[in-house]
Amino acid sequence: MIEFESVSKRFDDGTMAVEDFSLVLPSRQTTVFVGSSGCGKTTLLRMVNRMVEPTSGRVLIDGEDVAGRDKVQLRRSIGYVLQAAGLLPHRKVVDNVATVPVLTGTAKAKAREAAYELLDTVGLDRALGKRYPAQLSGGQQQRVGVARALASDPNILLMDEPFGAVDPLVRADLQVELRRLQQDLGKTVVFVTHDIDEAFLLADQVVILKKGGVVAQAGSPAEILAAPADDFVASFVGADRGKRTLHLRDGDGGGKGRTIVVDGDGRPIGVLADGPADGAR
Amino acid sequence: MEFLLSALRWIADPANWDPSATTPLPIQARLLEHLRYTAVSMVIAAAIALPLGCWIGHTGRARQLVIGFTGAMRALPTLGLLFFLLMVFGYWLSYDTAPIVGATIAFVVLAVPSILAGAYAGIESVDRTTVDAARATGMTEWQVLWRVEVPLGLPLVLGGLRSATLQVVSTVTIASYAGLGGLGRIITSGIGLNDYDLILGGALLVTALALLLDGLFALAQRLTRTPGVTDRRPAAARRPRRSPRPHASKSA
Repeated sequence: MIEFESVSKRFDDGTMAVEDFSLVLPSRQTTVFVGSSGCGKTTLLRMVNRMVEPTSGRVLIDGEDVAGRDKVQLRRSIGYVLQAAGLLPHRKVVDNVATVPVLTGTAKAKAREAAYELLDTVGLDRALGKRYPAQLSGGQQQRVGVARALASDPNILLMDEPFGAVDPLVRADLQVELRRLQQDLGKTVVFVTHDIDEAFLLADQVVILKKGGVVAQAGSPAEILAAPADDFVASFVGADRGKRTLHLRDGDGGGKGRTIVVDGDGRPIGVLADGPADGAR
Repeated sequence: MEFLLSALRWIADPANWDPSATTPLPIQARLLEHLRYTAVSMVIAAAIALPLGCWIGHTGRARQLVIGFTGAMRALPTLGLLFFLLMVFGYWLSYDTAPIVGATIAFVVLAVPSILAGAYAGIESVDRTTVDAARATGMTEWQVLWRVEVPLGLPLVLGGLRSATLQVVSTVTIASYAGLGGLGRIITSGIGLNDYDLILGGALLVTALALLLDGLFALAQRLTRTPGVTDRRPAAARRPRRSPRPHASKSA
């Protein structure tokens, strides 16, 4: 469990990135911070592994203030995935994945063996392990970034717009993959994005942020869609544009066709199935 | 042209390499002295400038101050500095030690700015995202420096050492003005004797030595080329043995 206790951050140039932010992020769930640029979402994320120190307030992991933990040890115990993957260009993929275990003193051969297994986990061919990051595609690099973050088997995974720089098709792939991983591994994931669709797809808890780290609304995707707290939220999630206002319409074919679902503009989205949804959410 | 051939003949003449030849000969003795002055000055300069440059590049601190200071150091004429230091140390030190101390300091002052500039530019040139990621994965500042910044910035760091070496090896020629050895001795005695073979031969030897050292650094830069960084061709173009160009697979 991660807790933010009235956290504020003022940068050296005087900008107030986050002001009096409080929130509880439950364990083994995915919390997504979503908001436009400048809303302080990345700042909040980086406070968890002390890449940013709050000006006031506390960040607690399982009840323990991170300010009291050794920075390096703390960071090694938390997985971190960045937008640009941030792989070390002069190290082979497998050595990139093995970075943290090697730092914490695992024998190199053993760390590599584990790294190859992690490549399987994130759906990468083991043969890619011997390549350098520049020889991989953007999507592959991101998978390596995720594998590296998982290498120390952390309880917490911080993801800073990890799929922001890859093309939409690959992004959809990675999102599905992350959901599968999360179901298998059950990490506490903190995910930052400006893409509300991505947030709804991945989150157990969505936190919509306004400028200065002000929480516009926090809740499950269903709660937010069912009852947007204000116009800002409604507009942010697209509820006001009809994109998410869906209607049912009988299909053509003289009553024999299936019922189709259309959006606010009348464009078909899908068909209505019988019975409840299979998924857990 | 005749001058040049004559000088080359002088260099090739075994008599000038005979260990029993009179000063400023034999050539190899002056050559070794020249190399020794160069090496000692470079080691001292590197010991000062490399840590300082890494610190500036890593922390970004004191950058303006040090750049301004080393810029001023670059403007100092080494010969003038040498005479000044000889006067100063001639007062404090013995007749034997003053020249070598003064000359070494003058060469160190010459070498420091280039090495320093190469070091901090090399460290600074490393992509900040990579450094941030390294830190975020739990590297200590030392590990960030040694495992990320130094290997990735190495080409520029070596470049600084390379140009400093080139400057020092050619400037060590003036050590003879301080009564020291080195290839400059051959040139100065050539000037004294009005012997063009000595003057030009000495100058050619200095040039050859400078080119040799520069070549060695070029080789070192090639050997330490960071894999995965220098070669940025897309993955498809570099599958081994598939390339239509046979030489292309060498760099993989």
